[in-house]
Amino acid sequence: MNDFWIVVTGILVAVNCGLLGVFLILRGAAMTGDALSHAVLPGIAAAYLLSGSRHSAVMLIGAALTGWLAAYLIEWLKKKIRLQNDASIGITFTFLFATGVILISAFSGNIDLDLDCVLYGDIAYVPLERIYAGSGDLGPAPVWLLGGNLVPVAALVTFGYRGLLVTTFDPGFARGIGIASGGWHYLLMGAVSLTVVLSFSAVGAILVTAFLTVPPATAYLISKRLVPMIWWTVLFGVISAVGGFIAALRLDTAISASMAVVSGALFAAVFILLRLSKLRKQADRSRLNFSRK
Amino acid sequence: MTFHANFIWVIAGCALIGAGASLAGNFAFLRKRSLIGDAVAHALLPGVVIGYLISGEKSLWMLFPGALAAGWLSLLTIEGITAFSKLKSDTAIASVLSVFFAAGIVLLTYVQQLPEGNHAGLDAFLFGKAAAMLPGDLYLFAAVDAVLVGVIWLLYPYLKLFCFDPEFAAATGLPMRALSFILSTLTVLAVAAGIQAVGVVLMAALLITPAAAGRYLSKRLSGMIAVSVVLGTLSAVLGTAVSYSAPAMPTGPWIVVTVTFFAVFAFLFAPEKGLFPLMLRKKRGVSSNAGKESTATPSGSEHNRLKIRGEKPTRHE
Amino acid sequence: MKALEVTGLSAAYDGTGVLDDISFTLDRGALAGIIGPNGSGKTTLLKSIMGIVKPASGEVRLFGEPLNAVRDKVSYVPQRQSGDWDFPATVIDVARMGRYKKGKLFGRLSAEDKKAAEEALEKTGLTELRNRQISALSGGQQQRVFIARALAQAAEIYFMDEPFAGIDAASEAAIAGLLGEMRDAGKTVVLVHHDLHTAAGYFNSIALLNRRLVAFGPPKEVLNTTHLRAAYGVRFGTSADIFGGTGPEAEKAGDR
Repeated sequence: MNDFWIVVTGILVAVNCGLLGVFLILRGAAMTGDALSHAVLPGIAAAYLLSGSRHSAVMLIGAALTGWLAAYLIEWLKKKIRLQNDASIGITFTFLFATGVILISAFSGNIDLDLDCVLYGDIAYVPLERIYAGSGDLGPAPVWLLGGNLVPVAALVTFGYRGLLVTTFDPGFARGIGIASGGWHYLLMGAVSLTVVLSFSAVGAILVTAFLTVPPATAYLISKRLVPMIWWTVLFGVISAVGGFIAALRLDTAISASMAVVSGALFAAVFILLRLSKLRKQADRSRLNFSRK
Repeated sequence: MTFHANFIWVIAGCALIGAGASLAGNFAFLRKRSLIGDAVAHALLPGVVIGYLISGEKSLWMLFPGALAAGWLSLLTIEGITAFSKLKSDTAIASVLSVFFAAGIVLLTYVQQLPEGNHAGLDAFLFGKAAAMLPGDLYLFAAVDAVLVGVIWLLYPYLKLFCFDPEFAAATGLPMRALSFILSTLTVLAVAAGIQAVGVVLMAALLITPAAAGRYLSKRLSGMIAVSVVLGTLSAVLGTAVSYSAPAMPTGPWIVVTVTFFAVFAFLFAPEKGLFPLMLRKKRGVSSNAGKESTATPSGSEHNRLKIRGEKPTRHE
Repeated sequence: MKALEVTGLSAAYDGTGVLDDISFTLDRGALAGIIGPNGSGKTTLLKSIMGIVKPASGEVRLFGEPLNAVRDKVSYVPQRQSGDWDFPATVIDVARMGRYKKGKLFGRLSAEDKKAAEEALEKTGLTELRNRQISALSGGQQQRVFIARALAQAAEIYFMDEPFAGIDAASEAAIAGLLGEMRDAGKTVVLVHHDLHTAAGYFNSIALLNRRLVAFGPPKEVLNTTHLRAAYGVRFGTSADIFGGTGPEAEKAGDR
C-alpha cells in the first residue's frame, strides 16, 4: 500500500509539473522555473518556522508567494536594471536560495527540515504523513495536496489555453488584440510557484526542475501541435514516475532521483531515434541524388 | 568571534575560489551563458561520485578529475541538444542540470549501500563545507587560479574580441570553436575547484553576480574584470568571516548574500549606469531639453556594449 | 468619419524622443505606407497607435473612437520575428488565433470562427499547407500565415509591420495582390515599408517619417528630393539615382 501512495505521489508531481512545464519551455522560461524551485526555499523555511507544520495551507501559499516574488524580481532586474536574462535569473535564485539555507541553518533546532530533503526530497516518507478525519484514515497529506493542486493547474491549462497559447506564440499579436502578456506570465509563474512548493517535500528543489522540463522537452521533439504535446508530456511524466519507482526498488536507490533519471533516459532515447531516422532519410536522399547523376 | 585553528587558510582558500570563479564568470556573462556554469556545477555530482567509487578516497585531488569529466560531458550534451534539435537553450540547460544531478543522487544512494561506504561528506559537496578544507586543497585552488590567469592573460585580445563581436571575430579567422572550448573549460575548472567550499547552487552566484556588478561599474573589459575579481574575493573573505562568527553557519550562503549586496548596490548607485543616477539624469534631461533630442542616457543596445579599444585586428577585405 | 486620426502623437524611450508631434488622418479605404530610414520610429508609430507603446502625449482615434472601443475592428500584424516559428502549431492553428478576442478567450471556437479561418487560408493561398507545421514554412509563407490570421479577424483597419521584409518574389506578389483586394473591399490598410522603389506603386498615401512627420500625402507629392533629403539626410543626394530621386522622376514613379 505504501508503494502505491509513493507511485501516486510521483505521478501527481509529474503531471502537475508537466502541464505547466509545457508552457515554460515554449516561453523559453525553463530556467525561470528552475530558479523558482530554488527561490521558494526561504518561504518554506519561514513557513515551517512560523507554523511548525508542513502542510498548513495558508503557510504553503505564503511560501508560494516567495516564488512569485522571485519571478517579479527577475523581471525587475531585466526591465529596470536592464540586466541580461541569464544573469537576472542567476542572481535572484542564488540569493534567495542562500537566504533559505541560512534560515534553515540558523534555526535548525526549530525546523524539521534538513538539507538532504531540500536536495532530493523524501518521497519515501510521503505515506507516513497521513490525514485523519475522525477515526477514518484518508491517506497521505501530500497526495491530497498535490491532487488538489491539479485542479487549478488543469483549469489554467484548459481554460487559459488560448491566452497562454497566444501570449507564448506571439506576444506582439496578443497585445494587439488587447491581451497583456505580463498578466499571463505572472499567472503561470504563480501556478509554478505553488506547484513547486507542494512538490518540494516529495522531490526536493533540484529534481523538480527535471519534472518541469524533461517530459515536456521530450514531447516537444515529437509533437506538431500543442494539444498532442500536452498529452505526450503527461504520458512521459507517468512513465517516468512508474519506471523510476520500479528501478529504484530494484537498485535500492533514491526514488525521486530515479524517476528523474528515467525521464532523462526517455528523452535521450527519443532524441537519438529521431536523429537516426533523420540521418537515414538524408542518406536515402543523397543516394537518390547520386543515382540520378 | 572564536577563531578556529584553520580559520586563516579557510579564508585564504575561499578568497582563491572567489577570485577564480569571478574571473572565469566575466566571459560566461559576456557570452550570456552564465546559467551554463550553474548547470555544470550541478552536473559535477555524478563525476564526483564515480571518482570516489574508483579512488575510494574523498580527497579533493582524487575527486577533481571525475568532476572535470562530468562537467565537460554536461557541456557537450547541452551543445548537442541545442545543435541537433529546435529546443531552446534554456530547456537544454535545465534538462541537463536536473538529469545529471539526479544521476548523481542515484549513484550516491547506490554508494551508500556499499559496506565500506565512508560516504559522509559527499552531500556536503553540494552545500559546501569550507571548514572541511585541507591545507593541501589550497595548492589546487592556487594552481587553478594560476591556469585561469595565465590563459586569460595570454589570449586576452582574442577573448575580448570573441566575446564582444563573435561574428566579426569569425570573419577575421579566429578559431571560434577552440576559443569557445577554452572558455568553457575555464568555467568548468573554476567550478570543479570551488564546489566543495561553497556548494553547487552557490557556486553559480560567484560566477554570475560579481561579473554583473563589474559590468555596471566599468565600461571597459579590463575594468570589469578587475572590479569583479576584487568584489568576488572580498565577498568570499567577508562571507567566510561572517559564517565563522556564528556556530553552524554555512559559508557558501553567506558569501552569496555578501556578493549580492555589493551587486545590488552597484545596480542602484553605479555613477553612470545605476538606476538612481539614470533616473536623476532622465528627470533633468526631460526638463532641460524638452522637445530636443537628448543623448545623455544610454539606450538598450549601446548599454550592452563594451568599449573595445586598442588591438582591433584589421578587417580582411 | 475618418478611419484613423493621429493628433500630436509623441513617444519616448528612456527620455530619448522617438516620435515627435505626429499628426495625420486617413480616410476609409486608404492604402497607406509609413516610410523612413532605420530608427526613424516607423514601428514605434505603429505600436503607439496599437497602444503597445504608451505615447508620451497625443491622441489616436479609430473610426472616431479610442482603440479599446473598436478593438474588434482593428487588426495588427507584427513583424514576422515576433512569432516563435518553432512553436508546435500548424498553419490552421495560427489562422484560428485571429478569432481570439479579449474577454472571449474561453469556450470553443464557433463554426463561424472556423469558417473564417479556412477562408483566410483560401485567400492567402495556404489551403494546401493547412496542416503543415509552421517551422516547415518558408519566410514568405510564414508572412502569409500572419496575414491569414489578420484576415480571419475580419477587421476594418489593418496595421502591418514590414510584411514585405525578407520574402520571395512570389509571396510579395501574392501579398501585394491581397492588399489591392482589401482596399477594393473598402478596408483601410497601413503598412510599415522599407523599400522606396516599390512604395509609389503600392500605396495611395505615404507618410514619410524621421522621428517627426516629414511629409504626408499621395506618393506624387511626398516622394520628391526635398522631402527624401529631409528624411534620409544629405547622403540621400549622393545615392539619389538608386531611387530615381529627382523631382520629376519621382513623379514618374508615382504614375506607375
